[in-house]
Amino acid sequence: MLKAVILIGGPLKGTRFRPLSLDIPKPLFPVAGLPMIQHHIEACVNVPNLKEILILGYYPTSELTQFVADMVQEYKVNIRYLQEFTALGTAGGLYHFRDQIRSGNPEAFFVLNGDVCADFPLVEMLRFHQEKKASLVTIMATEATRQQSVHYGCIVQDRDTSEVTHYVEKPSTFVSTLINCGVYICSIEIFQTFAAVFNTRQQEYYNDASGNGNRKEAAVIYLEIDVLMPLAGTGRVFALQTSNWWSQLKTAGSAIYANRHYLELYHSRHMDRLAQEDFVGEKEKEKEKEKRCNIIGDVYIHPTATVHTTATVRLQYLGPNVSIEAGAVIGPGVRIRESIVLSGATILDHSLVLHSIVGRGSHVGQWTRVEGTPCDPNPNKPFAKMDNPPLFNSDGRLNPSITILGCSVKVPSEVILLNSIVLPYKELTRSFKNEIIL
Amino acid sequence: MCGTDSKLGEMRALILVGGYGTRLRPLTLSRPKPLVEFANKPMLLHQMEALVEAGVTQIVLAVSYRAEQMEQELSDEAKKLGVSLVFSHETEPLGTAGPLALAKDILGASDEPFFVLNSDIICEFPFKDMVAFHRNHGQEGTIVVTKVEEPSKYGVVVYGEQGRIHSFIEKPQEFVSNKINAGMYIFSPSVLRRIQLRPTSIEKEVFPDMACEGQLYAMELQGFWMDVGQPRDFLTGMCLYLASLRQSSASALHFGPGIVGNVLVDPTAKIGQGCRIGPNVTVGPGVVIEDGVCVKRSTLLRGATVRSHSWLDGCIIGWRSVVGQWVRMENTTVLGEDVIVKDEIYINGGQVLPHKSIAASVPEPQIIM
Repeated sequence: MLKAVILIGGPLKGTRFRPLSLDIPKPLFPVAGLPMIQHHIEACVNVPNLKEILILGYYPTSELTQFVADMVQEYKVNIRYLQEFTALGTAGGLYHFRDQIRSGNPEAFFVLNGDVCADFPLVEMLRFHQEKKASLVTIMATEATRQQSVHYGCIVQDRDTSEVTHYVEKPSTFVSTLINCGVYICSIEIFQTFAAVFNTRQQEYYNDASGNGNRKEAAVIYLEIDVLMPLAGTGRVFALQTSNWWSQLKTAGSAIYANRHYLELYHSRHMDRLAQEDFVGEKEKEKEKEKRCNIIGDVYIHPTATVHTTATVRLQYLGPNVSIEAGAVIGPGVRIRESIVLSGATILDHSLVLHSIVGRGSHVGQWTRVEGTPCDPNPNKPFAKMDNPPLFNSDGRLNPSITILGCSVKVPSEVILLNSIVLPYKELTRSFKNEIIL
Repeated sequence: MCGTDSKLGEMRALILVGGYGTRLRPLTLSRPKPLVEFANKPMLLHQMEALVEAGVTQIVLAVSYRAEQMEQELSDEAKKLGVSLVFSHETEPLGTAGPLALAKDILGASDEPFFVLNSDIICEFPFKDMVAFHRNHGQEGTIVVTKVEEPSKYGVVVYGEQGRIHSFIEKPQEFVSNKINAGMYIFSPSVLRRIQLRPTSIEKEVFPDMACEGQLYAMELQGFWMDVGQPRDFLTGMCLYLASLRQSSASALHFGPGIVGNVLVDPTAKIGQGCRIGPNVTVGPGVVIEDGVCVKRSTLLRGATVRSHSWLDGCIIGWRSVVGQWVRMENTTVLGEDVIVKDEIYINGGQVLPHKSIAASVPEPQIIM
C-alpha cells in the first residue's frame, strides 16, 4: 500500500503570500475553487492503493481541523494533520513522524511540497520508481530556462539510467536546466538515510562544547541539501522528467496563474466544476437567458455565490480564468477577468476587476476599476517559469503586480485601484496606483 | 440693415480668431477652433449671437488660418442671424492689435464705437452695458475686467474709482490686484490712429499710451468668465456656463432619471438605462450612451458613442469617437475626431490624435499619436 505526505510549513513561511496569508493559512487559500492543497489531495486520491494522506506542518492544529474533516468526508480516505513542534525542515518532519509514516508498512510514500501547483503525474512516478529497484527517492523534474534554473534545485541526470548523478540547490552558476519540482516518491528505506543524518547532527551538537549549538537546529533536516545532495551519484536517487504543467506558488500573484491552469485542467476530469451557461427547457430558454450571466472561457462559480441578476438587461461578463468563492455577490454589469473573488466579497454594478484578488468579505463599489498586472512566464520562451521579482524595483518603486485586496477591505465607488496591495480591514477613500496601502 | 436697438445705430465688432488653436489640440486638428462646439454650439456663435442681440450689424473675423471651412459654416449662421460677416485674412500674424489696422476701413466707417473680442472668451456677454459705460466716460477705450482667484497667471489691470486705468502689470510676483483683462474691449474709432499695420501687441504697445493719456477705462464684468482655449479650461468654462444656464433658462437643461445636476442634452442624442449623467455634462447631437454609463464633467461631441458600463470624468470626446465597454477615462482626457477606445481600457489624462485606435491602457498623462 502507499501513503502520501504533504508538507505545508507554517505561518513563518510563505510571507511573500501576504496579505492573503494574514487571515488564512496559505495552504488553504482557494485556487480554482479548491483550497491549494486539496489539489494535491485529489491527485493522491487518484493513485490506486493509496491508503493514507498525512499533512505535515507547524500551523496550529486548530487551523487545519475543519479542512481535514472536510477532506475525509469528500474523499473517504484517511487524512491526518500532524503538527511539528517547530520548523523541522523538509526532511526533519518526515523523520520526526517516521513511525506514523511507516505504520501499516507502506512500500513507498509520496512527498509533495504544499507550495507547488501542478498536474501531478503521481501514477507515472510510482511506476517509474518501482522499475528502478535501487531507488531510495525519485524526484519529479521538469525543464527550465538557463537563467531561471539557478533559482531551483538543479539535477544532473544520466541520460540512459535516469539516475541523478549530481544535485545542487540554487547554485550561483549554471549547472543544469533540469529542476526539482518539489514532488518525490520515497522508498521506506529512506528513513535509514534520515536517521544517519539526524544522528550525525546530534553528535555535532554534543561535540560542540561551547554551547553554540541550538538544540532545535539539531533536528532540522533539509531533504534537498542534507539528503539529495549527498545521495546524488550513489545510484540511489532518480529523476522522472515531466512536461506536465508545473509551477511554484510563492507569491499572491502566482495564485492567479495557478488559478488559470487548474481551471484548464478541469476540462479533462472535472467538467462539472466549470460554470456553464445552462441549457434549460425550450420554453424557459428565453426568459432564463435574460437572467444568466455571460461566461467566457474557464470560470468557477461556487453554488452559493450570487451572480444571477433579476434585471432583464444588465448582466455580468465573467471570465476567462475567474474563480468566484462561496457567498460572493456580483452585481449587474460587472466584468471580471483573470481574477479570484474570495468568499463573501461584494462587487457592485458596472465595476471592472482585472488580474486581481478580492479578499474575503471585501466590498467594491460601483463603476470601480480594480486592476493588476500579471506576472506570467514569458510565453515566447519554452520552459520559462514564473519570475518572482522583488516587491520593489531598483528605484524603490513598487513593481507592477497583481492587485490584492486583503480581507474585509472597502473600496469606494468610481475609483481606480491599479497595481496596489491593500492590507486587511482597510477602508479606502480614493484611487491608488502602484502602492501598498497599510 | 439696421440694428435691433435703434439707439445704438450701426455697430461693428472685430473678433480676434487668429491662428492654429494649438492649445485646443487634438480637437483643432479636425476643426478650426471657432467651430468647436462649446455647450452644443460653435464657440464663435455664442459671441456672434450676443453681439447681434446688442445691436451689432457687421462682424469682422480676423483670421490667419483655415478660413475656408469657417467661411462656409459661419456665413450660413450669419445669414440666419441677419448680420453681415466679413473675413479679414492676415497673411502674417499681426498680434493682438495689428488686425484692427487691417480692418480699419470697416471699423472706422462710422463714428460709432466698435467691439473687439478675443474669440476664446465665454461669459455673460455685457455688450449693452459696455456701450453705456463707454459713452458715459466719453474717452477712447474701455476694457472689461474680471476678478480671478490667481491673478499672477495673467495681466493685472490697476484702475481708480471711476474706472480710469493707471497701469497694466504682467504676471505680478506680489499681489497687486485680482482684476485682469477679460479680453473684451470697446473703442472709439479714433483709436485706429494709434495702430499700424504690423505685428503689434495691444496690451504692450497700445494700452500703456492710452492709459497715460487717461483715455482707457475699466468696466467690471458681472458673472462668470473663462478663456476656453485649452481643454482643462474648456471643461471648467462649460461648468460655469451650464450653471449660468440654470439661472437664466433652466428649461434648456435636461432632467430625468439618472440625470444629476446641470446637463445639456441634444434632442437627437440617446441615453440608455441605468446611467448616471452629470453633473456638468454636455451631450451633443447624435451621441449614443449605452446602459450603465457614468459621465461627469465632460463634453461629448457630435456622433460620439459611449458603450455600456464605462465611466468618464473630466473628458472631451471628439466627434464620432467610440468609447468601448467598461472603459475608464479621467483627468482631462481628450479624444480627437473618430478615435476608437477598445473595451476595458483605462486612460488617465491622455490626449489622443484623430483616427487613432487605443488598445492599451494609458495610466499616466500622455499624448498618443
